[in-house]
Amino acid sequence: MSGTGIQSFLPPVIDVEAGEELLEVAMGPHHPSTHGVFRMDVALDGERVVRLKPVFGYLHRNHEKIAEKTTYLASMPYTDRLDYFCSMTNNWAYALAVEKLAGMEVPERAEYLRVITAELTRVQNHASAIGFLLQEMGASGTPLMYAFREREKILDLFEALSGSRMMCNYMRFGGCRVDLPAGWLDRAKLVVAGLPRFIDEIEALLTSNEILMARSQGVGVLRPELAVNAGVTGVMLRATGVNYDVRKVDHYGIYDRFSFRVPLGDHGDIYDRYMLRVLEMRESVKILEQAMAQIPEGPILDPKSKPRGFRPKPGEAYGRIEAPKGELGFYLISDGSGNPYRYRVRPPSLINLTILEDMCLGQNVADVVLIFGSVDIVLGEVDR
Amino acid sequence: MKSAEELVEELKSALPGVDVALVVNPSPSAQHSLRVAAEDALRVAAYLRDQAGYDYCSNATGVDWLDKETSEKVKTTRTVSKQVDGVEQMVEEVVEETVKRVEPGFLEAVYHLYSMKRGHSDPHPPLVLRMRTENRADRVELPSLTPVWRSAEFQEREIFDLYGIVFKGHRDLRRLLMWEEFEDHPMRRDYVDPDDYEYEPTPHDEVLKRAEEHRAQMAAAEGAR
Amino acid sequence: MLGEGILKGLAETAKNFAGSFVSEERLTTVEYPEVRLPQIENTRDFPFLVYDGNDPMAGLRCVSCQICEKECPPKCIYIIKSTDKKPDYVGKPQFYPARFDIDVSVCMSCQICVEVCPFDAIKMNTEFELSTDDRFGGLILDKHKLAKSNEYYQHIHPTEAAEVDGRLAEEKAKVEAKAKAAAEAAAAKAAAAKAAEGAAKAADRAADGASGQPSGAREGRA
Repeated sequence: MSGTGIQSFLPPVIDVEAGEELLEVAMGPHHPSTHGVFRMDVALDGERVVRLKPVFGYLHRNHEKIAEKTTYLASMPYTDRLDYFCSMTNNWAYALAVEKLAGMEVPERAEYLRVITAELTRVQNHASAIGFLLQEMGASGTPLMYAFREREKILDLFEALSGSRMMCNYMRFGGCRVDLPAGWLDRAKLVVAGLPRFIDEIEALLTSNEILMARSQGVGVLRPELAVNAGVTGVMLRATGVNYDVRKVDHYGIYDRFSFRVPLGDHGDIYDRYMLRVLEMRESVKILEQAMAQIPEGPILDPKSKPRGFRPKPGEAYGRIEAPKGELGFYLISDGSGNPYRYRVRPPSLINLTILEDMCLGQNVADVVLIFGSVDIVLGEVDR
Repeated sequence: MKSAEELVEELKSALPGVDVALVVNPSPSAQHSLRVAAEDALRVAAYLRDQAGYDYCSNATGVDWLDKETSEKVKTTRTVSKQVDGVEQMVEEVVEETVKRVEPGFLEAVYHLYSMKRGHSDPHPPLVLRMRTENRADRVELPSLTPVWRSAEFQEREIFDLYGIVFKGHRDLRRLLMWEEFEDHPMRRDYVDPDDYEYEPTPHDEVLKRAEEHRAQMAAAEGAR
Repeated sequence: MLGEGILKGLAETAKNFAGSFVSEERLTTVEYPEVRLPQIENTRDFPFLVYDGNDPMAGLRCVSCQICEKECPPKCIYIIKSTDKKPDYVGKPQFYPARFDIDVSVCMSCQICVEVCPFDAIKMNTEFELSTDDRFGGLILDKHKLAKSNEYYQHIHPTEAAEVDGRLAEEKAKVEAKAKAAAEAAAAKAAAAKAAEGAAKAADRAADGASGQPSGAREGRA
């Protein structure tokens, strides 16, 4: 804004020669690279992108309105369907916000269960994100199938625990729904023990691959100042070198008990994002090993928690966690009734797309697909 | 980081004449908020970002507060003429009457701010910034905070789309989730769903009523043909 | 050397390719539907109603309290309560659902109906082959289609069912014990009453005897 003296962060305007005709391309809503129904209205000068407008809403179902019309608990299964790759972390974020609102305690064992399921979610999300990125780069199938092979094992664990592979609906206000079935922890330990081998395999396949490097290094660069101002979170933010991980900042749950590092990038390009996902998987494995060794016996649900007739006192709360895609927040206002007065999801996928245009301007149209893929979004969460 | 109470004081001394008030949150989360007058919002936001360290706007959203009708029983004394012992006299009488007061509704924009610079060294709760529109019908303008925090760009578009708050100074204020021809604002609390009922095998309460109305309409249309 | 990374990656894929013929773990494809993978015990998809005994309609545990209907997030359950009552598993007269429909095209398998049911009457099924050529009618399951025996429940979710059966048996035993205790108490009370009656009669008789004493004695004492 001019005249107010406020420093703003707006996308640059690309100069086009007078009289130059632009080619307008609608990428999507059924473009294979958009992971669902999403459109980018791109204006091209030759191969060069001079304007890019994302168009949302093809999957909009007004999740927030539905949640305001039902009870607090009834929204829990709906949160599974936001980012359907990471239902466990969605559950956790919502449960955390409600626990803040109602002042509930979470038993120790439940905190461990939450950490274990959330970190497993992070591993399978990052593995698939890498797979999809490579898919968009033209490596049809191979990395994605390797990732899905590993993801399958984790989803089997989720099914054995919660009854469903993706729509887990596992967490409750003040704990978790069910305890571990017999033998689950041993099987999970086996899966986690196999993860480093899988990450090595992905790295051998990709990290020093010249084609990957040529396509991704220096492409889609994001400046740290812009990333902070535009509210970019998660891997996208840390790839620019900003050290901000809600697990380390808020210490929500019991994350202060585990030793793990937050990997940071230097360049903020696609390659850094790929590398960070690999490194974060390694850190998640570390957390998983510690959590599985330490998990205590005990109750898994706050005795105050009950499935029916939950009415928190009037007030509001904002709870956030570090979901695999970025910072996932829930903002709740209670008016003392059984339904939330206001229920808001802060979707990391949507807000990380704020800078999509900035990253793509001046780049070749073929790179748009890559840049978009490196953001790692799920349309269920973007459109809600 | 300073608490919300301290920030109110700081803002008042740093920006003279600024209209900021503390809104206390009674829930156990104790996330108190600052209410800012719309005309001061941009100044306050720039101060919070550049001086107070809140460089990161995590969440921006709208809330719809409907007209609130409160009824209160008030005792008043009135002088009335009365026949007392056959003589007309002026007598003071205590009358209890119910006074209905309507607090006009408004739309609210809520921003949750954090500091990325100081997040690690100084863990802090979110700073909540709120702005109100004058009413819910025609005076629904608020200044856009996108010049200060770019992360509000899509979120303000979403608020405009779903609540109908018009953000002045937003560089591209269009609908985000609904299609452009759509007219209403679906997240408002008095929004009425359109009659696009198709098939409802397990109807309940309100839906059942609407389903029946719809069926009757369809039957009438069928009969007329 | 340029291309070294690609060669390294290709070596990895070659290893995987060869491994997929040898490693038992990687031979994961089965020829469905002739061959089926063993089902994971906690698996859930759509709800069903549990009945005890041999008659599905007589043995339904559901008492038509309509809690699940109210708590169901997508509102896919539709219940009409009966006007008469039938005895439940402990013999107490209860209402039963005159109509109980679940629209599985709306159901999202969240299990909240199971969690809120106080009577262990609704449980999650594992039957996933529900495709039908009737988009609307075929996906509404009525109470006849929903009713499954307790043996079926024990078969698909053994651990959970054992726990539920234990709880129900305990409750039943408690109720029976209570009934027995009540009966015994009643019997004891009756006996006591009888005894008391007898005693009272005896006392009466004694009193009669007392009053039947020659009046002269009293007078004499006075």
